[in-house]
Amino acid sequence: MAKNDKKPLSFQGLILTLQNYWAEQGCVILQPFDTEVGAGTLHPATVLRSLGPKPWNVAYVQPSRRPADGRYGDNPNRLQHYYQFQVIMKPNPANLQALYLGSLAAIGIDMDIHDIRFVEDDWENPTVGAWGLGWEVWCDGMEVSQYTYFQQVGGLDLDLVSGELTYGLERLAMYVQNVDNVYDLVFTEANEANGTPEVLYGDVFHQNEVQQSTYNFEHSDHEKILEKFKYAEAECKALLALEAPLPLPAYEHALKASHLFNLLDARGVVSPTQRQEYIKRVRDLAKGCAEAHVATEKTVAEKAWR
Amino acid sequence: MAELLFEIFCEEIPARMQVRAGEDLSKALEGGLKKAGLTVEGAQVLTGPRRLVFTADVPARSPDISEERKGPRVGAPEQALAGFLRGAGLTDISQAQTRSDPKKGEYYVAVIEKSGEETGEILKALIPEVMTNFPWPKSMKSGSSAFRWVRPLQSMICLLGWDVIPVEVGGITAGNSTEGHRRHGRGPFKVKSFADYQKTLEGKGHVVISADARKELIITDARKACAAMGLELVEDEGLLNEVAGLAEWPVVILGDMDPSFLELPAEVIRLSMRTHQKYFAVRDPKTGSLAPNFIVVANQAAPDGGKEIAKGNSKVLSARLSDAQFFQSEDAKKKLIDYYDKLDTVVFHKKLGSIRDKAERVAALAKELAPKVGADAAKAEQAARLAKCDLVTQTVVEFTSLQGQIGAQMYLNEGGDKDIADAIEQHYKPQGPSDSVPTEATAVTVALADKVATLFDFFAIAKEEPTGSKDPYALRRAGLGVLRLEVDNKLNVSPRWLFETYAELAYPSLDYKTDYASSIDRLEIFLQDRLENLLKSQGHRYDTIEAVFSADFQGGVGLSHYMWRERALALQEFLSTTEGEDLLAGYKRAANILKAEAKKGDLPSGAPEKPSAAESLALYEALQAAGPKIEKALESEDYTAAMSQLAILRAPIDAFFTHVQVISDDTAVKENNLRLLLRIRDTAQRIADLDAVSAS
Repeated sequence: MAKNDKKPLSFQGLILTLQNYWAEQGCVILQPFDTEVGAGTLHPATVLRSLGPKPWNVAYVQPSRRPADGRYGDNPNRLQHYYQFQVIMKPNPANLQALYLGSLAAIGIDMDIHDIRFVEDDWENPTVGAWGLGWEVWCDGMEVSQYTYFQQVGGLDLDLVSGELTYGLERLAMYVQNVDNVYDLVFTEANEANGTPEVLYGDVFHQNEVQQSTYNFEHSDHEKILEKFKYAEAECKALLALEAPLPLPAYEHALKASHLFNLLDARGVVSPTQRQEYIKRVRDLAKGCAEAHVATEKTVAEKAWR
Repeated sequence: MAELLFEIFCEEIPARMQVRAGEDLSKALEGGLKKAGLTVEGAQVLTGPRRLVFTADVPARSPDISEERKGPRVGAPEQALAGFLRGAGLTDISQAQTRSDPKKGEYYVAVIEKSGEETGEILKALIPEVMTNFPWPKSMKSGSSAFRWVRPLQSMICLLGWDVIPVEVGGITAGNSTEGHRRHGRGPFKVKSFADYQKTLEGKGHVVISADARKELIITDARKACAAMGLELVEDEGLLNEVAGLAEWPVVILGDMDPSFLELPAEVIRLSMRTHQKYFAVRDPKTGSLAPNFIVVANQAAPDGGKEIAKGNSKVLSARLSDAQFFQSEDAKKKLIDYYDKLDTVVFHKKLGSIRDKAERVAALAKELAPKVGADAAKAEQAARLAKCDLVTQTVVEFTSLQGQIGAQMYLNEGGDKDIADAIEQHYKPQGPSDSVPTEATAVTVALADKVATLFDFFAIAKEEPTGSKDPYALRRAGLGVLRLEVDNKLNVSPRWLFETYAELAYPSLDYKTDYASSIDRLEIFLQDRLENLLKSQGHRYDTIEAVFSADFQGGVGLSHYMWRERALALQEFLSTTEGEDLLAGYKRAANILKAEAKKGDLPSGAPEKPSAAESLALYEALQAAGPKIEKALESEDYTAAMSQLAILRAPIDAFFTHVQVISDDTAVKENNLRLLLRIRDTAQRIADLDAVSAS
């Protein structure tokens, strides 16, 4: 039978294809957020924009940092820095499932040969007080995406339900390119005409994994990080306590606090009891930002720049 | 009659919810239709990953109803008539009819005619109500709609006879078309009847609409696929139910894996397959051990015969098992006991310290308890320390349900003692009423000590007792575990001794009276309630259990649960004999007379004197003889012997009541008779509170 004989997409080809696909569906294509986050969901374009009554459709790549998952570049599957591709459609269109399946076809997954399944998986992110119902999407038993209908964000009920799709790009690319080691992924194909060489994922990121893991596990100064955590927390609270609160910069400080906590955790200096406490502190910040954002948005006129 | 066909088509329903949802839908629709006056015949419900289907035969409309409402008698006061008219919706009494009744005479009735309703109209009201209030375990909103369903609703079919009933729910209007399988036969398909629906979906649509049919297909094909390779399926009903809810067009594929993974414990492999990947394990029928294969149920017949699907799934399984292998080899770098200190980082409960603190307390009790169970004290103590160590191994963090098993395996691998390894593995048992109970002495000791410690810790120290439906620390299960361990192993250890010993060892700085005596009292009652429940659930008489318990509390003997149970069963046995029944009747008669006399004034005190009447004398002597024998039997805990002594009293009691006038005119005789009756009651009370037993 007709197997897909086309050359599989490179890593960047995968990203470009997804971006084009979702741009065609009417999504704003944003660029990554410039603060360290643990997941693409935490981008303000998801957390804050899923609140309130305004429709919002967006897709973006987000580098995600999970210091504790670092393996010094030795593990073929685990990274402390990796990419997620995130799509938000608010309100979720009735055909979102079909659109999602269309995106798999676009990146070259032949769904006659491969078995796609929607397996119950209710998502929650306690740090931003968010949860929703949905599935893990399986391709031949492997999770290739998380698919969620948001029900609450920042502890607040939503006016409009957002459909959220998260693709783990490295894992998806490994599947599409049929490689077993993330560092062997073709990031960029060679261009014979210009004489530019093929670039592998390892060429781009292996050293980064080695050095960042060494820093995260061995050299990060947990006392200073704790101070930074406290500063970020205080700054976030102060910005929310203003007479006219500033939820957008406040939220950036909440994200910084969240990442600093992850660094402390990776250093192994957080006991299980303390962990709960830190998560609660970050959640309180995020919740405050969400509430202030909803309140502020109501006071902002449509097209206020005019 | 007309055929109703109703399909709800939505995005993937979690597998675990489908069957229940079908039952709920069927119940709500049938109930609603019947309530509207319709008969419902041949109701059938079908469930699958993306649809719930209900079909039944119902009349085209509900019947006209004529109802008579009774009013006041003819000539009743004006007010009564006005009230009747208002209530019946009449404007004038001339609209009412009259009836006559030999007792009441002439009276008014209002005849209220209700005309029937089109079934279609009934459905238009009923279906939205049923779906809006549907009892999903979790439901969600979608888009901008306020309607909640388990996942977004896509479409509905509602056909009555040949007609579409345009029911509206959540912004969707029912029609006569549906979709089939995503890849094999999407449709849309227009259908005319249930037979047509079934034929179309199962044909062009490639959807097996019945869950039972999917299960049958999967199990048959899976057995066949295994047999073809000389292998055997490891059957798993729970998994079968789940995978039948994950595929509309199930296709069984046999996959394989690297045989070197078989070095992992079989449980780890099965768990990885089952919980993470939803695969069935496969075994070699000759050796009975796992084969390097698995069965995966795909949702489509791939044109390459499922080769790619098998390959992909095999890769995912390899990654999982590689992780498990990595965890195992990491874990094995240290001995099991070396994880003991790490238990200190895991909080047991904020008022009860770490898991290590708890293990230390359990070890102290296990050492003390061991001789009573027939276990070696040092072994029991060591096993209690080792029992929780695997909780901080990477393997158990990843495969939580293997706690105990992994520890035991590690301990055996490092050359540890078999009894201790068994105790590590089994000390969580029994986990519920149907779980097996450990029988080996070391395992029994640690299992019991662990549960006694948990109960005392939560009752007396954390002050977290179960209330009503809330039992977050599963203390009822721990209580039942204590009882089953004691009863099944015939352990004659009083609960009071267990708790007091534990308290003194674990919390030496606390004071018995001020700090925890009352908690132990409550624990005793708590366990007594559990024992009562246990015996009742095993089909024993309720009242004999009560009788034994209340007798013991009067006697303050502090019996073990095992002996309590023995007593209750012996009493039940005794009371089912003729002798037992007669004795009970005699006892009740004595007790009733005493009750009546007590109302008239104080009962005489002191021991009965030797009476002169023959039957009284015989009873007196029988009681004198039985008393010490019963005490002796109780002392040696021979409850059946005590009971047979009681049985001997039956004849003299009967004769006494037949021939002696208890309430004699002679005050001295009467008082002595009452003393004899008191003696009967007190003797019986030593064994059981027969007042609590209902006479048959």
